[in-house]
Amino acid sequence: MIWETVRLSLRSIRRNVLRSFLTLLGIVIGVAAVIAMLTIGSGTTEKVKADISKLGSNLLVVRAGRPAGPGGPGGLDQAVRPLAEKDVAALVAHLSGARAISPASQKQVRVIFGTESLTSGVTGTDSAYLDARDWKLVSGRPFSDSETRAGTGVCLIGETVRQQFFGAGDPEGEIIRVNRTSCKIIGLLEPKGYTGFGQDQDNVVLMPLHAYQRRIAGNRDIDNIYIAADDRTPTTELQPRVEDILRDTRRITPDRDPDFAIRDMTQIADAMTSATTTMTGMLGAVAGVSLLVGGIGIMNIMLVSVTERTREIGIRLAIGAHEKHILIQFLVEATVLSLLGGIIGILIGLSLAGLASMALTIPFAPSPAVVLLAVGFSALIGMVFGFFPALRGARLDPIDALRHE
Amino acid sequence: MSAPLLITFDKVWKSYGEGEARVHALAGVDLAIRRSEFVAIMGPSGSGKSTAMNIIGCLDTPTAGTYSFMGVDAGRLDRNRRALLRNLYVGFVFQGYNLLPRSTAAENVELPLIYRGVAARERRELAMQALAQVGLVGREHHTPAELSGGQQQRVAIARAIVTRPTLLVADEPTGNLDTARTHEIMELLTTLNAELGLSIVMVTHEADVADYAGRIVRFLDGHVASDTLKAEEAA
Repeated sequence: MIWETVRLSLRSIRRNVLRSFLTLLGIVIGVAAVIAMLTIGSGTTEKVKADISKLGSNLLVVRAGRPAGPGGPGGLDQAVRPLAEKDVAALVAHLSGARAISPASQKQVRVIFGTESLTSGVTGTDSAYLDARDWKLVSGRPFSDSETRAGTGVCLIGETVRQQFFGAGDPEGEIIRVNRTSCKIIGLLEPKGYTGFGQDQDNVVLMPLHAYQRRIAGNRDIDNIYIAADDRTPTTELQPRVEDILRDTRRITPDRDPDFAIRDMTQIADAMTSATTTMTGMLGAVAGVSLLVGGIGIMNIMLVSVTERTREIGIRLAIGAHEKHILIQFLVEATVLSLLGGIIGILIGLSLAGLASMALTIPFAPSPAVVLLAVGFSALIGMVFGFFPALRGARLDPIDALRHE
Repeated sequence: MSAPLLITFDKVWKSYGEGEARVHALAGVDLAIRRSEFVAIMGPSGSGKSTAMNIIGCLDTPTAGTYSFMGVDAGRLDRNRRALLRNLYVGFVFQGYNLLPRSTAAENVELPLIYRGVAARERRELAMQALAQVGLVGREHHTPAELSGGQQQRVAIARAIVTRPTLLVADEPTGNLDTARTHEIMELLTTLNAELGLSIVMVTHEADVADYAGRIVRFLDGHVASDTLKAEEAA
């Protein structure tokens, strides 16, 4: 009986190809929009997550300056004391639960090799930096402790710097000029790619902190201290310990605000992820409104269909169709129609999302759950919006219906 | 005439409208029809014959009085129970054939069986039998548009008898047909009445069509004006 009805409804859809197509269009566009939005959205979320894990996972970053409002940038306040090596030393001596602690100072500096030049992010740091940032070397070696202490002119370069100066060649042992000082390349960093904010993470030069301070910055300040938590310690537990130690060394009594800010990269990652998820949800909801409009289109066309086929309904009722047979017939027709629209919409939506993810270089992340939901939802729309017209058909008086021209 | 009663009207009224504008299509009709009778209902338009036919076919219910169909008080049944009665016991033939235009002859004939929940294969077999009974073998895959008026009416008759109903209700079955086709259709109905014992109630305004029936009931202004058995007429 149901199969019979589905066959019947497919036939009546085929009979009116153009009209059925126009009816479907609303559902197609609605479902396509929802699917595209949600798929692109979850791709973006994945991209953001990946970007943030590139910054280093379970990472705390300490900078000088009063912490700004929650979630805001910890802006550097000129009046405050910068971080110093004794702060790092105190952390190394007293902090438990950290896998790596590393100071770092950064500056955009002109780097020259031969006749080529490039403005690069130059970071002065120590050998723990690679560990703290989860960064590996493709070749060469990190700074030795003696190089770090002495501030020897050695450096590690990122992939972009290598390509600019050496192409595919081996940069090890070459001397580059950073600002006005020369520096021997001892290793090549593993490529990290761009961040979601369009920053090239491979356009970098790392050198020992003392070398950077003496020859480039001209001061003994430290911009950031990177602290990577070990596997057993959540960053939320580590953060107060860091604060206690720094308050102690920097002599800040508990009643005063600290003059440094500790940023938890994990929390930032969570915040960004939840921001993109919220965004995705909102876009999906907006797209969902068009689904509703599509549903109204279905209702419209089903009402026309019931009116058009009043006589047919009369015949069916006269020869013994039960009210529910007529109801089911039109419900099935509406459902088949909107399901068809849903399936076409899913295909179009996924294609759009695929194209968009190529264009935006985000991962293509189709979710089976979203697809199933779209199928179910479009079927539901057919049933809900098909119900009223179907009921109208089923309630027709067979005598009137037979008289209908 | 000892066959059991099929239909009884007991002071049946059918009224439309309210107050001053109230019209009585049927005004206290008494009528009894036995099984295997072939009854023609005649009368001018507005005489109540169509209303009576709709009530006989369980499409409509009386405003007052009792209509029994096969001993059941059909006038008090809800529309779904009446739909069931129609499906089980009544076949309809209309003036305008009323076939589903895009379905083939066989599909049209199968239609009542679908609502009975008969399996596809059995449906096909029964439909073929019914089409054979009305002399339409070889036309089962034609759509109504590909058939002549007479052939369409035969399909409609096949659809009406495919469920082996007790009663066939025919509303001006030859109204759209020429004389030769009319004769063929009436012969067919007479044969079905005689051979299957199918009870037939037929509304017509043509006297020569009514002559095929064994009994003629004339309606006038909502009353039965005359009720004649052919045997009596002959006598």
